[in-house]
Amino acid sequence: MSTTENIQSVADIARPKPLLIRHAPYFIGAAILVFLAASMRFDGYILNILMQATTFAIAVFGLSVVLGLCGQINLAQAAFFGFGAYAVGLGTTDYQLNYWLCLFGGCAMALAAGALLGLSTLRLGGHYLAMVTISFQQIITLIMINAIWLTKGPDGVSKIGRPSIFLSSQAYLAFCVAVLAIVGYLVWHLPDTRLGRAMRAVRDNELAAGVNGIDVFRTKIYAFAICALLGGLGGGLFAGGFAYISPDQFSFAESIVFLTMSLLGGVASPIGSAIGTGLLILIPEWLRFLKSVPGLYLAIYGLSVILIIRFMPDGIWGWVSTAYDRLRPPKKVMPSTAPLVLKPAATGDEMVLRVTGLSKHFGGLKAVDEVDIAVHRGGVHALIGPNGSGKTTTLNVLSGLYEATSGKVVLDGTDVTTMQPHLRAAAGLGRTFQNIRLFRSMTALENVVIGAERPGNTLVGNGNHTALTERALAALTFVGLGSRANELISSFSYGHQRLIEIARALAGNPTLLLLDEPAAGLNSSEKLELHELLKRIAAQGLTILIIDHDMTLVSEAAQHITVLNFGRRIADGESMAVLRHPDVVSAYLGTA
Amino acid sequence: MDLVLQLLFTGIGIGSVYALVALGFVLIFRATNVVNFAQGEFSMVAAYLMVVCAVDLALPYWLSFIIALAGMAVIGVIFNLGVYYPLRHRTYLPVIIATIGASILMANGVLALYGPQPQVLQGWFDTPGIQLGPVYLDNQYLLIIAVTLALVVFNWWFFERTMIGKKLQATSQDKEMASLLGISVSTMIMITFIYSAVLGGLAGILVAPILFVSIQMGATIALKAFAATIIGGFGDVTGAIIGGIALGVIETFGAAYISVPYKDGFAFLVLVLFLIFRPQGIFGERVAEKA
Repeated sequence: MSTTENIQSVADIARPKPLLIRHAPYFIGAAILVFLAASMRFDGYILNILMQATTFAIAVFGLSVVLGLCGQINLAQAAFFGFGAYAVGLGTTDYQLNYWLCLFGGCAMALAAGALLGLSTLRLGGHYLAMVTISFQQIITLIMINAIWLTKGPDGVSKIGRPSIFLSSQAYLAFCVAVLAIVGYLVWHLPDTRLGRAMRAVRDNELAAGVNGIDVFRTKIYAFAICALLGGLGGGLFAGGFAYISPDQFSFAESIVFLTMSLLGGVASPIGSAIGTGLLILIPEWLRFLKSVPGLYLAIYGLSVILIIRFMPDGIWGWVSTAYDRLRPPKKVMPSTAPLVLKPAATGDEMVLRVTGLSKHFGGLKAVDEVDIAVHRGGVHALIGPNGSGKTTTLNVLSGLYEATSGKVVLDGTDVTTMQPHLRAAAGLGRTFQNIRLFRSMTALENVVIGAERPGNTLVGNGNHTALTERALAALTFVGLGSRANELISSFSYGHQRLIEIARALAGNPTLLLLDEPAAGLNSSEKLELHELLKRIAAQGLTILIIDHDMTLVSEAAQHITVLNFGRRIADGESMAVLRHPDVVSAYLGTA
Repeated sequence: MDLVLQLLFTGIGIGSVYALVALGFVLIFRATNVVNFAQGEFSMVAAYLMVVCAVDLALPYWLSFIIALAGMAVIGVIFNLGVYYPLRHRTYLPVIIATIGASILMANGVLALYGPQPQVLQGWFDTPGIQLGPVYLDNQYLLIIAVTLALVVFNWWFFERTMIGKKLQATSQDKEMASLLGISVSTMIMITFIYSAVLGGLAGILVAPILFVSIQMGATIALKAFAATIIGGFGDVTGAIIGGIALGVIETFGAAYISVPYKDGFAFLVLVLFLIFRPQGIFGERVAEKA
């Protein structure tokens, strides 16, 4: 099967058939569904089930964004659903407002609540988010039940209005199906947009996302707010559909139902959401007898959650699509013919990086103590020292993963001392990690595209898909992996994964490249290739600051060496001189 | 002033319950890096076990107590084997989702078996309490405070002065190193789950005579206990206890002076304030992920 038909060129990846033609079947299918919903004669029971499935599915799409794409949990989707439902419910009855205004207001409220909740929690770990969303859900339920003046309490809201053009249930259902189709389309394509890629990067590896220029916090908030918005939209449509709402429809139990729907179908894709929603609305209808015992029903949900997570973590659709992908090997890619161009920015003086008096203390431990480093433009500068001398800590402070205790870091004329990692990336810093940090659920190409998207990268024009893909493919070709661009990270060897990480940093055209022990774990021939690669990078004028233990590599590649020991700088200068320096010799070999 | 003292006493009593559950949270978190969202259900299940033994079967109180705690130990084992252990090599997200599933399963399983009516459980003592000056000291509250104090001391002794406690600490700090030193990590995690389930169960049994025994009590207690751990500093044992007691006091005063229906909302409010202004809690220090 190694014929040409299985090989894609850059142009094929970057510019497939026009979007309109490729996606036409989806819209034709959606139009048929809308037409069927509008014209088929359903009895009331079927109509209710369809209405419920349609509006629930929109809320579950939200979970596929926040949980599936961005890896953040939301256990309050029913509360956001409630925002939309109560806005439409109370708005069209008590306040006699226009339906569209209410729907819009409900979505806006859910969006604002989601964003605020996210702002307060998303800087912290996922556990906080889980508990805070549960708490939020409980508060909203308390308000729905107790604030009778506003929500009418446990009695609920009845006689909820609909827009005048969709007064009949069938017409309204058709309208909901149309909304579902549009939202589904957007969610389906979100992963291939810049925001969607950022979300996936955050899910796979937050630290790596940050140093590649992604604003992790903001990306999470966007994901969370989109999820809340879709919850509100689904809820608003739901209220119009059923004309009656009450607090128990928006309880924590319902949030769990939404979660189960999402997990069962497959959290990564809107198709999975639709499958999960459909099944979990239909199955309970078939098993109505279970409802005679209170609790049994939700107990089964709880058990299913455990079983799905254990045995089918990707859900039904995830399982199907994995099986399908296994049958179809990834397409080989024609390596890029365009050479990778590196044009490191040069706004400052001859020093690319000036570190003065940098310290990082952990409690009483002075991991880095008053260190000065000056990196000349266009060379390879090595930072060496025995284990535990503070090299990686220094690199982490430089890239903003740790906050400096004191000192100053100036990158190409810009003071970046207090900047967050993504802003330092935007200022021109690229890096790799000692323990490889790639986005493991993505292909090599997607990883490197994220690198190419570095804010401040001037070599990708306006950042359109074609330019990014070409840039990424050129970077992969530069490290020798162009033909395997479409393979998932897990299919690459350890040494190749290191190269992909370097390609990811190179694609962003950084001003300074930090390499954290790139030779660690490589065999001797891979080390030679790495050395070769460093030479080719340096030949294009990109400045490298490298940490490594391999003295052969360091002494051959670097013109300038800084040596740390116990967090302090003990030597600095031209390579050969530094390596002969008595303090350095004693630090490495011990004193005689 | 009298009212303030009275509320303070009640607050510390109820806060002690939160502290015990929070302690269970923290121990599991330190051993496995996972927040167990079913921790509150341990309390609920234990309270129902008490109702079954002491009320339905009319067994002696002390015997019911032992049976209930033994039952919790068994549940700890099942929980570890069924929910945590199979997922131990995955990221935290699948594990917390599984514990949420387990929480739903336990709460609704009990509902299906026992029905929705809240149950009443008598306290340990026949006499209601003693009057000390202006403050009325309810016996059950006194018991809760005494047990919590005793457990705090026991906990310190257990973790700092016994070999098994040291092994548990080693496991929670570095599993790989611990197993290289011949510590059976899976046994240590099993012990942690059993201990946490029993702690949670104890809290549930102690608080049951004050509240009604209901399906919802687990979720409510878990929410408070989690807030307590954040207030105290995540992963910090002392912090969990102080945070729990502080939360009990805040909530009791809030209910007395501000609003009763929103009593359960104060925990959330305090939680959010802490998250915004002092996310590392009173005692905690935020630790960055190692790059």
